[in-house]
Amino acid sequence: MPNFSNQDGTTPGPITVALAGNPNSGKTTVFNALTGARQHVGNYPGVTVEKKEGTCRHDGLEMKIVDLPGTYSLTAYSIEELVARDFIIGEGPDVVVDIIDASNIERNLYLAVQIMELGAPLVLAFNMSDVAERRGLQFDLPLLEQLLGARIVPMVGNRGIGREELLDAAVEIAQSGVCSQPSRIDYGEEIEEELATLTQLICQSDTAPIGAPNRWVALKLLEGDTELHEQIHDPALLAAAERSVQHLENVLGDTPEALIADRRYGFISGACQETVRSTVESRHSRSDRIDSVVTNRMLGLPIFALLMFAVFQLTFTLGAPPMGWIEAGFEWLAGTINGWWPAQSDSLLRSLLVDGIIGGVGGVVVFLPNILLLFLAIAILEDSGYMARAAFIMDRLMHKIGLHGKSFVPMLIGFGCSVPAIMATRTLESRKDRLTTMLVVPLMSCGARLPIYILIIAAFFPEKALFSVFGMEVTTHAMWMMLIYVIGMVLAIFCAKLLKATVLRGETPPFVMELPPYRMPTVKSVSVHMWNRGGMYLKKAGTIILGISILLWAMQQWPGLPTDQAGRFENQRAMIEARPADHPEAKELLLANVDHAEAEAALKQSLMGRVGHGLAPVLRPCGFDWKISTAMIGAFAAKEVFVAQMGIVYSLGEGADERSEPLRTKLQANYTPLQGFCIMLFCLISAPCMATIAITRRESNSWRWALFQLGGLTVLAWILTTAVYQIGRLFA
Amino acid sequence: MPPPLVPLNDVDARQRVRISQIQGGHDLTARLCAMGLTPGASVDVIATGGGPMILDVLGSRLMLGRGMAAKVLVRVTGEAPDK
Repeated sequence: MPNFSNQDGTTPGPITVALAGNPNSGKTTVFNALTGARQHVGNYPGVTVEKKEGTCRHDGLEMKIVDLPGTYSLTAYSIEELVARDFIIGEGPDVVVDIIDASNIERNLYLAVQIMELGAPLVLAFNMSDVAERRGLQFDLPLLEQLLGARIVPMVGNRGIGREELLDAAVEIAQSGVCSQPSRIDYGEEIEEELATLTQLICQSDTAPIGAPNRWVALKLLEGDTELHEQIHDPALLAAAERSVQHLENVLGDTPEALIADRRYGFISGACQETVRSTVESRHSRSDRIDSVVTNRMLGLPIFALLMFAVFQLTFTLGAPPMGWIEAGFEWLAGTINGWWPAQSDSLLRSLLVDGIIGGVGGVVVFLPNILLLFLAIAILEDSGYMARAAFIMDRLMHKIGLHGKSFVPMLIGFGCSVPAIMATRTLESRKDRLTTMLVVPLMSCGARLPIYILIIAAFFPEKALFSVFGMEVTTHAMWMMLIYVIGMVLAIFCAKLLKATVLRGETPPFVMELPPYRMPTVKSVSVHMWNRGGMYLKKAGTIILGISILLWAMQQWPGLPTDQAGRFENQRAMIEARPADHPEAKELLLANVDHAEAEAALKQSLMGRVGHGLAPVLRPCGFDWKISTAMIGAFAAKEVFVAQMGIVYSLGEGADERSEPLRTKLQANYTPLQGFCIMLFCLISAPCMATIAITRRESNSWRWALFQLGGLTVLAWILTTAVYQIGRLFA
Repeated sequence: MPPPLVPLNDVDARQRVRISQIQGGHDLTARLCAMGLTPGASVDVIATGGGPMILDVLGSRLMLGRGMAAKVLVRVTGEAPDK
C-alpha cells in the first residue's frame, strides 16, 4: 500500500495536500485562493516540470499545499502525468484534492477515478459551481459522493467561496486516514478475471514494491504502461501480463487500454446520469458563437494579427511613464551616492557603486514596466482561453514548417523572455518538435533586446508620424521596430524548417488539445501570473546581471594604465593648467579632451578592451569596431547589458540607458544608420544570453544542443549581418 | 446495415459519429482515450477546415490535428443537434 501517513491522526508537522486537476479546471485559481502570497516555485527533482508549493493555516493547523501539474490522466506518456502520479505514490500526501470543473464533470472525473484507483485519500472540489449553476446543472451531491466514495465540496475559486469548507474536508479526510477504495469500477468479467490473476501474481512476486495498490499495478500492466514495465523486474509476471493482454485483445477485439478507458468513462457516465440534471442548453453556446468568428478561416488570422499588434502598442505606450519614474529614481540614487565623495574623486568604491552596480542593474530594472505589461497581456490571453485558439489558427501555418500549432505558444512567450518560452515547450509531446521550437525561440525578439532597438532606432532613424489607429500614432519608429520583430519571426520559421528537414527530421506528431470555453480572466489570477513572471525577471536583475555588471566593471578597471602613460596625461594636464588664463573655456575644452583620451587609452589597456580588440577583426566585416565588439561581450551576459556597455565604452559611465541623449549623440557621430541597423540585426540573431543557453541545456538535457544553439545562431548572425553591411555599403 | 467505416477527417461539420477504432500505437491511443475519444464514444464534429478539426467530446471542445483524425475510424450516426 502507498505510504499515506498519519493513520493515527496525530501526525506532527504540516498536513500535505496535493492539488490535482485537468488543465483549465481552475486549479491555479484554487491554489492561489488557498495559499495567497505564500507560494514557492521550484522544480520537481530530476525533471523540468514546475513545482508550486504554498502554505496555509487552518484551524491552527499548518498545511502544505503542492500544486501538481495539470493533467487529463495518469499515464506514463507525458512528463507531467508521470510527475503527478509519482508524487501521489512516492510522497504519499495526506490528502489529494482533485479540482473538478463543475460545468464539465464527465471529462474531469476521469482523472479523479484514476486517483481513486491509486487508493489515495481524496476530496473532490467542484470548482466554478456558479458557472455550472448558471448553465442549469443540478447535482445530487450526497448521492454522487456515495457513488464515487469521495467527499465533494462545491466552490467558486476565483471568489474564495468554499475555501473554508474545502480545507475542513481536507483536514478531516487527512486525519481520518480514510483512503479511496481502488475497486469501485467493475471492468467486466473478462478484464476482472485477468486483473484477479495478475493481482495474485503481484502479491506472490518478489518484485520491488511499487508503493501503489496491487490492483492498480495489474491495471497498468494491462494498459501497457511503459514506466511500470521498467520498474518490474519479474519476467514471469511480465510474461503473464503479456498473455493477458493478448487474451483480451482476442476475446474483446480491442486493445485493453481502450477498453479500460471506455469502462472508466462508462462508470462516470453512469454515476452522472443518476446525479446530474441539466435544464439548459450546452455550456458552449456562447463560446461557439465567439469561435465562429475568431477561428473563422478568413477572419481568424487578421483578428489574431490585430490582437498581437494591440499587445505591443499597449506594452510600449503604457510602459513609457513608469520607465521614466524608475529612471529618475536610479539617477537620484546615483547622485546621492556620488555626493558622498568629494567632486572629481577617483574612489574605486564610488565607481563600483555608481558605474558598475547602479549603471548595470538600473539599466535592466528600468525595463520592468514593459516586461510586466507584456506578461499581463499574455496572462489575459491565456486565462481568457484565447491562447488555445491562437494555436488553432496558427496550426495551418505552423504545419507548413513541420510543427503544429502548439509550438506557437512558446514562440509567443518568447517575445517576453526566452527563458519561460523554452520552459513552455514542455507542452509539446514530440522531442524533435520540442528541440526545434527550443532552438529557434531566441529568434523571437525578447524583451531584453528592446532597449537596444530603442536606443538604435531613436539614434539613427528620424521619427515621423505615418498614420493613426484608434487615436494612437503609428510612427516610422514603430515601423522599424515591427521590421526587426518580423525579421526575427521570418528567420525563426526558416530555421525551424531547415532543422525539421535535416537534423530533426521526423513525422509531425499527434495534435490534440482542449479548447476551453471563453472566460473572463480575474484580476487576481492575472496579477499573480504577472508578478510571478515579473519576479523572475527581477531576480535575474538582482543575481546574474548584478554579478555580471560587477565583473564587466572590473574587466575595464584592470589592468590600469602603466605609470609612464598615466604620467604623460598628467603632464599634459599640468601644461594646460599652466597656460595664461585669458581663455578659460578653451582651457576647459582642452582638459576635457585629455580626460577622454585618457579614458579611452585606459579602456584599450583594460582586459575588456583587449578582448574587444581581439574580437574586432572577426566582427569588422559586420561593420563593427572594437567598441561595439566590446559591448557585444556584455550582450552575451544579458542582451540589455549592451546598452549600458556602450555607455561605458564611450566614457559616459553614469548609468547610460536607451533614452540617454549623450549616448545617442555619440552613436550618431561615430556610426552610420547602416551600422546601427547591423547592430540591431546582430543582437537579434547572435548568441542568446547565458540564461537562455543554461535553460536550453537543462530542458534538452544535453550540452550538445545548447552549444549547437549558441554556435548556430552566432554563425547565422555573422553571415547575415556581414551580407547586409557589405551589400548596404554599395548603395550608401 | 451499419453505416460504413470512414476516417474521422473525412467527416463533414455538423455530423454525429461513433468512434469505432483507433489505428495507432500505445501513445496515440492512450492520449486520445484520456481526452475521451475512446472506441464507442459518440462525438459531434463542430468545425472542419484547412487546419485541425473541432470536436464536441463529453461536452467540451477538442481540437484534433488532421493527421491524427485520419487514424480514428468512425461511423456517422446522424446529424449533430444545433448548439
